[in-house]
Amino acid sequence: MADHSNSPAPSSETLVDIYRRMIRIERNDDTIRTAIRRGKLIMPYYSARGQEVIPSAISTLLTDDDTICTIYRGIHDMVAKGMPLRPLWAEIAGRVDGTCKGKGGPMHLTHPETGVMVTTGIVGSSMPIANGLAWAAQLDDSKRVSIAYFGDGASNIGAFHESLNLASLWKLPVVFVCQNNGFAEHTRYENGTSVDFIAKRAIGYGMPGYTVDGNDPWAMYAAACQAIDRARDGEGPTLLECKTFRFHGHVLGDDDKYMTKEEKAAAIADDPLPKFRARLIAEGHATEEQLTGMQEEIQTEVDDAMAFGLASEPPSVDELRRDVFEREIAA
Amino acid sequence: MTETVKLHAFQAINAALHEAMAADPKVIVFGEDIADREGGGVTGATIGLSTKFGDKRVKSTPISEQAIVGAAIGAALAGYKPVAEIMLMNFTTVCMDMIFNHAAKLRFMSGGQSTVPITIRTLTGAGWQTAGQHADHLEGWFAHAAGIKVVAPSNPAEYKGLLLSCIQDPDPCIIIESAGTLFIPQDVPVDQGPIPLGVARVVQEGTDVTIVSWSSMVVRSLQALPILAEKGISVELVDLRTVSPWDRETVLASVARTGRCVVVHEAVRSFGPGGEIAATVSEELFGTLKAPVRRLGAPYSPVPFAKVLEDAFLVSVDQIVAAVTEVAEQG
Repeated sequence: MADHSNSPAPSSETLVDIYRRMIRIERNDDTIRTAIRRGKLIMPYYSARGQEVIPSAISTLLTDDDTICTIYRGIHDMVAKGMPLRPLWAEIAGRVDGTCKGKGGPMHLTHPETGVMVTTGIVGSSMPIANGLAWAAQLDDSKRVSIAYFGDGASNIGAFHESLNLASLWKLPVVFVCQNNGFAEHTRYENGTSVDFIAKRAIGYGMPGYTVDGNDPWAMYAAACQAIDRARDGEGPTLLECKTFRFHGHVLGDDDKYMTKEEKAAAIADDPLPKFRARLIAEGHATEEQLTGMQEEIQTEVDDAMAFGLASEPPSVDELRRDVFEREIAA
Repeated sequence: MTETVKLHAFQAINAALHEAMAADPKVIVFGEDIADREGGGVTGATIGLSTKFGDKRVKSTPISEQAIVGAAIGAALAGYKPVAEIMLMNFTTVCMDMIFNHAAKLRFMSGGQSTVPITIRTLTGAGWQTAGQHADHLEGWFAHAAGIKVVAPSNPAEYKGLLLSCIQDPDPCIIIESAGTLFIPQDVPVDQGPIPLGVARVVQEGTDVTIVSWSSMVVRSLQALPILAEKGISVELVDLRTVSPWDRETVLASVARTGRCVVVHEAVRSFGPGGEIAATVSEELFGTLKAPVRRLGAPYSPVPFAKVLEDAFLVSVDQIVAAVTEVAEQG
């Protein structure tokens, strides 16, 4: 585990901000899963329930100008980054008011205004593109940082290695955030990955690498501060391996037969949300009423987004000829 | 009279890159060995750029094709106009994910929010005995990917004009530099400007048979023209220039006049791009055709090494003459 003792401790305001983002992710995720089970949404869903802390802590340190590239299990990253929920819901419902006019769907949600630049369905492919966004920030002499989110499985694909090497060589302002939930699709970490800690791979590319408890908001915040400061200061990339657990398997509906019931039950019993909530209250960062009110407010926002998304119209079939190129394809 | 300068293709490409970089500070150029420190590229196409425009905008990269194209995509998303060199077209096979799944599709998948105005320059073509992994003409692969423009110039002026257009184009472009076109110096107008993409060039007008070709096979077709003229066959030679999206109007108008069509390309004939053109001509002009549309392309074989095999692999001038003669005799 990393020593980030130089990083500032998060203020109460920051902690509550992290929690707000986590609840927004959790309420949104829960509502999506319910909508799928009730047949209101038809989509492949890669729930990130259980992984809320990672992007929530990171996003408190980012502005809309900072960019993220994420993956199919990435709605939590987008919600943490501030993507509005109405167009998100319209997109996952495949409707014209979606961020991508219903043409991308849940695996390709994009919202440049909040810095959600690319969502990829290909394992590992967020990283080479995040480098390019970081390179542009460097060329612009800006302080923007680029975040590449990916999973533990992605550290075994070539794009990871090419990207870390180039980012280190060019001192790119990028943070590689590996959300290590212990499983690459159905394959247990140790059956697919040659090292005990992915962070060790950073050494091979001449950059700092840290393994962090991705379910601990304090640890995540400290590690993120250090990595993001380093990027903004022009010192180059960092690899953060954030240990976590996904509560709903690879894809919603999978039978989890590749893990033991006990293991899953233990992880869910260790849910970071109620733990964080209890500590926020116990340490006086927030009151019970404040957090309950926040949750109700967020549920209202999510319910409104769902209603908006499901009421939106499907796209016109003419959309097949649009956005292939800038100029519309002739009918 | 237009002032001209004698250039071969790489010199014309070099001139285009110099002009594009001088005209637009957002143009950046990178790839393996391309900076002057590394000799200005294996072909010399990028000589002088890093010295003139600096090592921020002109960068040699590691041998990491996914990282190269990913960086191009990311920088493009942030407003740059990257020109990436993938040294050889066969090396695009190790970054097809970045090209096919991302560069080509991000505009569509994001509902038009993301634009990827990248240019990929890539060298290929048989004739130098580089055998099975350094010489394939893969334009058909890319033409099949909706969202990327595929450009295949045939002479130095065309290289300059088409490359300038690729760099300015709002969509991703791949431009093929083919062995058979490269070291044939030509008088290029000093002020050679952009040549529009998607617009074919009628190299020679004629009345009996239309040859549709591009890249190296335009060079071979030109060698066939005097022989065919001696035989009394009037050939209209159409240089497609852009394989996708291709100029259907020019091709169909030409074949509507001649009633006969021979498509000639260097790529393997089976499932090659000639099939698309032949099928379209047959569908649109079935009633007016005087002969079946013919396709000439490489045999269904990897590119071979031995000179005798390599010679047999490429469509020869004799084969073009024979096919056109045979078609001309029908109807």
